[in-house]
Amino acid sequence: MKKLIRYLKPYTLFAILAPLFMLIEVICDLYQPTLLAHIVDNGILKNNFQLILHTGLVMLAVAFIGVIGGVSCTVFSSLASQYFGRDLRNELFKKVQQFSFSNIDKFHTSSLITRLTNDINQLQTLVMMSLRIMVRAPLLFVGGIIMAIYLNKNLSIIFLFSIPILASIFLFIMKKSFPLFSEVQKRIDYVNNVVRENLVGIRVVRAFRREDYEKERFKYANTMLMNAVIKAIMLMIIAMPLFMLVMNLSILVVLWFGGLLVNQGNMKVGEVMAYINYMGQIMFSLMMIGNILMFVSRASVSAERVLEVLEEKIDIQNKENADKTPIRGGKVKFEHVYFSYFNKEESVLKDINFEVNSGEIIGIIGTTGSGKSTLVNLIPRLYDVTSGRILIDGRDIRDIDLKILRDAISMVPQDTILFSGTIKENICWGKEDATYEEIIESAKIAQAHEFIIRLPQGYDTVIGERGVTLSGGQKQRIAIARALIKKPKILILDDATSALDFATEQKIIHGLRGIIKNCTTFIVAQRVSTMMNADKIIVLDKGKIVGFGSHAELLKNNDFYREIYKSQIDEEVMKYA
Amino acid sequence: MRREGMRPFGGPGGRIGPRFHFEKVEIKDPWGTLRKLFVYLKKFKWGFIFVFTLTFISSILGIVGPYLIGRGIDTYIIPKKFDGFLNFLLILGGVYLLSSFIGWLQGYVMLKTTQKLVFVMRRDFFNKIHSLSIKFFDLRPYGDIISRITNDIDNISMVLSNSVIQFFSSITTLIGIIIMMIRISIPMTVVSLVTIPLTIWLTNFISNRTRNYFYANQTLLGKLNGLIEEDISGIKVIKIFNREEKEIKRFENLNEELTQVGVRAQIFSGSIGPLMNLLNNLSFAIITGFGGYFAFKKFISIGDITVFINYSRQFTRPINELANQYNMIQSAIASAERVFEVLEEEEEKESTDIVEIKDIRGEVEFKNVWFSYVKGNPVIKNVSFNVKEGEVVALVGPTGAGKTTIASLVARFYDVDEGQILIDGIDIRKIRRKDLRSFLGIVLQDTLLFSTSIKENIRYGRLDATDEEVIEAAKLAHAHDFIINLPQGYDTVLSEDGGGLSQGQRQLIAIARAILANPKILILDEATSNVDTMTEKYIQNAMLNLMKGRTSFVIAHRLSTVRNADMILVVYNGEIIERGTHEQLIIKKGFYYNLYMSQFAEEVEVKD
Repeated sequence: MKKLIRYLKPYTLFAILAPLFMLIEVICDLYQPTLLAHIVDNGILKNNFQLILHTGLVMLAVAFIGVIGGVSCTVFSSLASQYFGRDLRNELFKKVQQFSFSNIDKFHTSSLITRLTNDINQLQTLVMMSLRIMVRAPLLFVGGIIMAIYLNKNLSIIFLFSIPILASIFLFIMKKSFPLFSEVQKRIDYVNNVVRENLVGIRVVRAFRREDYEKERFKYANTMLMNAVIKAIMLMIIAMPLFMLVMNLSILVVLWFGGLLVNQGNMKVGEVMAYINYMGQIMFSLMMIGNILMFVSRASVSAERVLEVLEEKIDIQNKENADKTPIRGGKVKFEHVYFSYFNKEESVLKDINFEVNSGEIIGIIGTTGSGKSTLVNLIPRLYDVTSGRILIDGRDIRDIDLKILRDAISMVPQDTILFSGTIKENICWGKEDATYEEIIESAKIAQAHEFIIRLPQGYDTVIGERGVTLSGGQKQRIAIARALIKKPKILILDDATSALDFATEQKIIHGLRGIIKNCTTFIVAQRVSTMMNADKIIVLDKGKIVGFGSHAELLKNNDFYREIYKSQIDEEVMKYA
Repeated sequence: MRREGMRPFGGPGGRIGPRFHFEKVEIKDPWGTLRKLFVYLKKFKWGFIFVFTLTFISSILGIVGPYLIGRGIDTYIIPKKFDGFLNFLLILGGVYLLSSFIGWLQGYVMLKTTQKLVFVMRRDFFNKIHSLSIKFFDLRPYGDIISRITNDIDNISMVLSNSVIQFFSSITTLIGIIIMMIRISIPMTVVSLVTIPLTIWLTNFISNRTRNYFYANQTLLGKLNGLIEEDISGIKVIKIFNREEKEIKRFENLNEELTQVGVRAQIFSGSIGPLMNLLNNLSFAIITGFGGYFAFKKFISIGDITVFINYSRQFTRPINELANQYNMIQSAIASAERVFEVLEEEEEKESTDIVEIKDIRGEVEFKNVWFSYVKGNPVIKNVSFNVKEGEVVALVGPTGAGKTTIASLVARFYDVDEGQILIDGIDIRKIRRKDLRSFLGIVLQDTLLFSTSIKENIRYGRLDATDEEVIEAAKLAHAHDFIINLPQGYDTVLSEDGGGLSQGQRQLIAIARAILANPKILILDEATSNVDTMTEKYIQNAMLNLMKGRTSFVIAHRLSTVRNADMILVVYNGEIIERGTHEQLIIKKGFYYNLYMSQFAEEVEVKD
């Protein structure tokens, strides 16, 4: 919790002003009873109408000052807490944006969402509550105790018993509730996760008629959450009546001993009554403090969850003094590259060695799960190699500034991801300041222009999240246009034409050659026919390179490649050719 | 406080922007929403009635305690007669014990009731998701829907559990005090109620504003949720395109909007307390003024005035509370509005004249089918064809031609605009969607797997399948080999969105899932697009076996996959422009011929 306090620092002024204004309100509140007594004793009882009017006006004036204090306190505490939440949220989002995939996998998307919204809201509320009650409750509490001790020292021995009892109840509950609230947040994550999966996979759920199954699954998540909440809050619910009981029993003791003192003539009856009044005040302030403390235990769970993200070590980062020289060529070299997703797992890539020159087209082919995507994902450092190194123009990519590196590389990933917004905006991801001509040019090469202009709104057509309203092939073509507009030094098409028909694919590849000179292009594909244009082809099997060369070379002396080729070429073609 | 930004001191952070602007959103029907919320509350009326009763009792006990103390001082301490004092203290202790117990019970029942309510509301919301048409989700960010089921419902529960007891107890206390005041003096009571209209007006004035700010707050929170969801799912593309800063900016802007709305909501709602205090003091001044005057005129005794003034002091607490709670309830209304918006969305309806079918042969006919996602922009135009039982139909054509849409229409993910789709001669709109889909096995273009084990993902095809059957299906789909090579084998838990596996491997799992479902009609939409051709060839045999005796729709770009189909439909721009067997179409030398030849032309050259 302490570590998060620094996010409040820029708003120290607000955080100081809020309780100060609260102090004004409290003082005004405390002054009112004195004025009241004055009105009753000297006004009404003495029939002094003038005094009633006069004091009444003073009361109103005091009340007015009180309002100013109260409202100002609200204003400043709201500002401080909301800005605190804003900054923390920004910071958290920034951090998440730096996350590598393994970082994200560790937390899960749904949990990250909860942390960014729900958890920060908890912290925000805590800050606000603290600023508003911070002065009031302790003031009433301390004031009450001082007044009580001042009234009668002997009676006040009771506090030596009741306050430790109260404190230990507090501590006990705080300690107990922490794991319980932690469980609550985890289960919120889970509910979140089930809902998210059902939305993303709604077609699968419907296709397999698993609505009832999913409803059961949600019911389970929902029940788990409900039970966790009940279990956690149950503790809180016991706390309040328990506090009251301790305080009330203390009052009984005061009555008993007070009675004895009065009997001995050591205390006046009025003092006993006043003493009991102060105890009431102490009890009231304790309840306020208790309320906040309860909230603290919940918020500290949230604080921990937020900190967990903030302090997460990002595994793919810029080196210090990373090389900021732009990438000019597109020579790529893999040197003894090994890679595995999880440490213990068998390597997905084993001893990968190859070198390609600037401007070459490199085909990558291999069986499902042989490591094709993994290999190309290493180039823009979406993952870092486990051992070995990758060089671009002779520089280890880990020494190059990440931004510079990725600026030089463009990629169309296997699963086409588009973002909400218009088609134009999506294409412009590749180049923010692209002109209309550039957009059209790259859309034309990606063979997307024609279908786009046929849409009612053309390039301004708004596509839903993930472009659900477009067909798979249309999405792929927009993703290709997005990659092309960047005019990269290295272009990676990761099975990016799977939803395109052959003719379209060929048009795209031919178009590519024309527009981008000296652009090293990696094409992962299943079709040998796609490969035939390539200068070099990498044949992968079970994470190892089993063939490297041109189509003709490989066909001549690589059994594995020939087998793939045979699986595609078919006898009948001959018949009609 | 309109829409200009407020800028208290320029701010040390320096980012308290002066040119702040946010969209104005308003709750359309707050009272209607409250009514709907009330309908929900009514389901738990016994819980609430019980809580109300307990609140009533604890209010009484709250009065009894101090009363007894007073009595104790009067009868024992002042006369210094301590016979029975201990008994008296025991009784008082009993009252306190009871009071604490009732306080606990009250909290307990309230907790159970509100949690149950939230449970039911969440359940209804989730179930609703599955009775809405797929169209509903096409243009809505997932994050916003998630926010409604978590953040909004959470907010409702928080307000309910905090406010309801307070609301009850304030009302009880208020009524009690008014009764006491009336007993003392009716004219004075009237005087003390003079400020009530002002109180109501002020509460209303503020609440009308806070309500919309709360609503804007929740709406923006939903938007923010959507943005986060989108940006985490798409982080790969963000990284590749170096878009982090842009996205952070986008986030910050939305976050700023949320903050500004939040500040306003908090300030307005937080000001209610102090403002009520002012009104109370005003009322108090009026009471003392009139009281003094009445006493002066001897309308009322001085003793009564003193008591009355004390009561009117007590009067203020519950009024304050009520105003506060009323305001908090606005926040619940704002959230409820967003929840009900979805709950009231029109559901997918089943036809009134449902035909009960136990089994189908698998004959599929399209009769002049038209369909559009967006009105006025048909993507399927007058499509007609007839597939006999057990036939394999291949849909071929350029991307975006409408192949996937045709397949989606068979599954009734969408309903046709015009024309008919018939299965065994029955219009599929007369078959319950669930019944219809029970005959279908679908492998979709976007392979979606769930974050459970591989085994459970395959079992999704048929829940009662044994482990052996699951493995059998995986073997047929050629997924078995790579699965057993994973460290945890079939028990490997997939991460969210099925990450960790390659796209091709995910497709194989999806195929195994469809195989396990053992459907009458099979729809394979680019089912093997990311699978290498050798593996595909292996599966092909299994697929051919699988298709035997089933009507199958196959969408593929690899023409080698479609060649063996009984009928090939060439779809172009939403229309069927050619149809026939592979041989027929090749002889025809039309669109299909060109497509086919272009794909293999170069290969043939090389081979020659």
